[in-house]
Amino acid sequence: MAKYITEINKQGSIAVDDTILVKDYPATAGSKMLENFVPLFTAEAVERLIAGGYTISGKTAVGEFGLDLYGETSSNDICAAASLVADGEVKAALNVDLNGAPRRAAAIKGVTFVKPTYGTVSRYGVIAAACSGEQIGVTAKNANTAAEVLSVIAGHDAKDGTSLTTEKYEYNTEISVKGKKVAVVKELYAAASAEVKAKIDDVVAAYKAAGAVVEEISIDILNEIKTAWTILMSAETTNNLSRFDGVKYGYRTEKYKNIDELYVGSRSEAFGFLTKATIIYGSDVLSKGKYDACYDKALKIRRKAVEALTELFKTYDALVMPAYSKADFEGYPIEEAFTKVYEESLFTAPASITGLPAVVSAGVQLVGDYFADGKLLGLAKVLEKEEA
Amino acid sequence: MKYELVIGLETHVELATDSKLFCSCGGHAAANEPNDCVCPACSGMPGMLPVTNKHAIELAVKAGLMLNCKINQYTTFDKKSYYYPDLPAAYQITQWFNPVCVEGTVQVGEREIGIKQIHIEEDAGKLVHDDATNTSLVDYNRTSVPLIEIVSKPDFRSSDEVITYLKKLKAALQFAGISECEEGAMRCDVNISVRPEGTDQLGVRSEIKNMSSFAEIKDAIEFEKVRHVDAIERRTEMLVQETRRWDEVKRRTFPMRNKETAADYRYFPDPNLMPIIIDDAWLDEIKASMPATAEEKGQKYVDMGIASKEAAVLASDAKLCAVFDAVVELGREPKSVASWILTECMSRMRYLGIETLNIEPAKLSRIIELVDGGEITRAAGKKVLAAVFENNVDVDKYCDENGFNAKVDEGAILAVVKAAIDANPAAVADYKSGKEKALQAIFGACMRELKGNGDPAVIRELLTKELGK
Repeated sequence: MAKYITEINKQGSIAVDDTILVKDYPATAGSKMLENFVPLFTAEAVERLIAGGYTISGKTAVGEFGLDLYGETSSNDICAAASLVADGEVKAALNVDLNGAPRRAAAIKGVTFVKPTYGTVSRYGVIAAACSGEQIGVTAKNANTAAEVLSVIAGHDAKDGTSLTTEKYEYNTEISVKGKKVAVVKELYAAASAEVKAKIDDVVAAYKAAGAVVEEISIDILNEIKTAWTILMSAETTNNLSRFDGVKYGYRTEKYKNIDELYVGSRSEAFGFLTKATIIYGSDVLSKGKYDACYDKALKIRRKAVEALTELFKTYDALVMPAYSKADFEGYPIEEAFTKVYEESLFTAPASITGLPAVVSAGVQLVGDYFADGKLLGLAKVLEKEEA
Repeated sequence: MKYELVIGLETHVELATDSKLFCSCGGHAAANEPNDCVCPACSGMPGMLPVTNKHAIELAVKAGLMLNCKINQYTTFDKKSYYYPDLPAAYQITQWFNPVCVEGTVQVGEREIGIKQIHIEEDAGKLVHDDATNTSLVDYNRTSVPLIEIVSKPDFRSSDEVITYLKKLKAALQFAGISECEEGAMRCDVNISVRPEGTDQLGVRSEIKNMSSFAEIKDAIEFEKVRHVDAIERRTEMLVQETRRWDEVKRRTFPMRNKETAADYRYFPDPNLMPIIIDDAWLDEIKASMPATAEEKGQKYVDMGIASKEAAVLASDAKLCAVFDAVVELGREPKSVASWILTECMSRMRYLGIETLNIEPAKLSRIIELVDGGEITRAAGKKVLAAVFENNVDVDKYCDENGFNAKVDEGAILAVVKAAIDANPAAVADYKSGKEKALQAIFGACMRELKGNGDPAVIRELLTKELGK
C-alpha cells in the first residue's frame, strides 16, 4: 500500500496527514468525497514548519477523515506516517489525532507520538471531524525530535478561536525520573492483550529501575468516558462532514434530478461505511428527543472526566496505559467497524475528551496534566534509553 | 363574538459591522459582483475556523440595552444544521442555548411589549434561479453577514401596534448605529392567532414568513385576522399550525410547502467558538458608548426650543437628526434649522421622491446663514436649496450667478414698483375700484423683476404708497 497519497518533495523531512491542508496540493482526507479537492491555503502548523526551514515530503495516507483505526474500511495504510518515521524516510510527521489513530499507529510501529495539550497547536487548516478533541500531533523517532518539531508548531494562532493565548511553548525533556510518580490504570491494563500487557510490564520495570515510584490506580468512569467521546466525536463529525454535499466542491453524483437526489446520491456514493455509520450515529444523538440524554450527558461526563483526571495529577506525574488493545483485527465483518472503533477508544478517549496531553513511546501511552507535554516527553526518553 | 389578535414578532436586522460575523470579508454591501465578498471560511471550505467579530457582539448588546433586556454575560454560539445550497457548511451558527440578551420590554403606545430574547446569527447566501437553463446559481456574498433576531413575546393585539413597534425599533436601531435598516434589510416573521376577547387561551397559530414592507405586514395581519375568525365562526376551513407566505399580488396568504412535518435542526454548542464572557468592564464600556435614544433626542430638541411635534418628527429619523445636529453645530439657530429641514427640505424631498435626506450640512447651514443674516431673501434661499438638491451647486457661487441679494436699496425697488404700476393698468384700475386682491398681481410682477431680491415688506409698503398717490 502506498504511504503517500500525494508526494510533494522526495527530500522533504516532514510528512503530513492528508487531513492537513497544503495549498495547491490535493487534500483527500482519505475520502473519495474529496478526491479532487485542492485547498486554497495551508494549515498554520505547516506554515510554521516551512517558515522554520523544514520541507514537506508529502501527504500521508489516513483512514477516511481520520476516523478509521484499522484500515479495514479503506485501502489506505493508516500506519503510513508511523512507518515512514520508523523507516527513517522522514524526520517527523504531523498527524491529526481525533480518536487515537496516530497513537495506535505509533505504538504498533514503535515510534514516538505526542498529542499536545488541546489549544496549544492551531487546528487552522485541518479538515475537521471532531473539533472539540482533535489535535495535530507529532510522530518522530524519539522524544527529543518530537519536542523539537512540536515547539515549532505550537503557540497562539488568532485564526483558531480555541487557540490558547501563550505565544510560544518550550518543551524541556531533560527531567529526572527519580522520585517521579507514575500510575498504571488497572482497568485499561486488564482490557489489553498479552502483547500489550508485556509492553506495559517492561515500561513499569524501566521506571522502577530509574527510581520512579510506580503505583496502580483505578478510574471508575472509563466506560462512560468511552461512550461520551463516541457521542461527541460522532455528533461533531456528522456536523462537520455535512458541508460535503456535492454542491460546491468534491464528489458529485452523476445521477440526480433535483437537489435532494444530488445530496443523497453524492454522499451515498462517496462516503465509506464507517463514515456513514458515524454520521447516522451522530445524527441520532443530536436529534430532538435524544439531545439531553445523549449529547448533553456526554458534555457532563466530559466535565467529570476532567475533574477526575486532573485530581489524579495532583498525585501522579503521568498515567501509564495501553494505546490499543491488540495490533491485529483480522477478518471482522465491515458492519462491525463502528463498534470496533468505539470499543478501542476505551484506551484513547480519556485524553481525547479532556484535551490532556498524551505521549506514546515504547508501545505504551503516557497521559499527563495540562501543559505537562514536556514532562511526558521527558518520561518517554527514559524508555528509549532502556530499549536501546 | 368579539375576537382579539395575539401577535408575536421575530425581527431580523443586519448589524452595521465592517466585516462578516466569523471572517474578515466585507459585508455584502461592499460587493459588486456575485461571490465578490467570499473567503474559504464563509463559503464553508474544510479547514477554516470561525473567529468571532467582537463588534457584532457589542452591537447586539447595545440593542439589548435599548430594549431594556437582561444581558447574558455568559453567551454561546450553537450550530443549527440543515441542508440547503445557500448554506455552504450545511449549518448556521446561531445562539440557541444562551442568547446574548433576554427578557426585555418596549413601550408601544400605552402598552408594554415583552421581548423574549435577542440572539446573534449569520445570514445565509442567495439562490438565483435561471429558468432558461433550468439551473440554480448561488451567491455567498450575504453568507455569514451578522444578524440579530429580536423575538417579541406574543403581546401585540393589533396590526397598528405591530407597525408602531417596527417603526420605533427601526428608528432606535438606526440611532444607535446598530443597523442601517436599509430598505428590505429588516425582515419579520409574524406569528398570529385570534381568540375570543376576554379569554387567555392561545388559538391555532400561523406564521407568516419573511416580510419586510410595513404596509404589507399590516395588510397580511388584517387578512389573517379575517381568515382565522371566519374559520372559527363560519367553519370556512380547519385551522392548522403552519407557516404561510403573503402574496403581494393576490393580497392573501398561502400555506408554504411543508418540507418535513417537523424539522429537526440538531442544535448543539459550537466547539470551535469559546463561550463569550461579557465582563462588567466590557459591559460598562458598551453602556458608555450608547447614543441617545429617539426619545432622549426628541427631549433634547424640545429643550432647545423646538415644538414637541416637530422635535418628534426630527427624532424619528436618524438622517434628519444627523443633518440637524450638524447644522446646529455649525452655529445656526436650532428653530430656524428645524423649520428649514421640516418645511423646505422635506418639501423638496417629496417633490423629488427622495426618502432619506442627503444634503451636505455645510451647504444647508450656509443657506440659512444667508437668509437669517438678511443677505438673501427666504424665497431666494429656497431657490438655492432646490438647486443644491438637484445639482449640488455651490451656494455662494449660485447666489452670485443669479444676482440674489436682499440688500437692494429703496431707490432701485421704487423704480421697479413704478414700472410695474405702469405695465399693469388693468390691475391698478381693479385695485383702485376696491379689489384688494389685485395688488397681489402687481406685487408678483415686482418680485419677478427683482428676481426674489429685496425685502418683501419694503416692496409692499412702497407699492401701496405709490398706488395711494
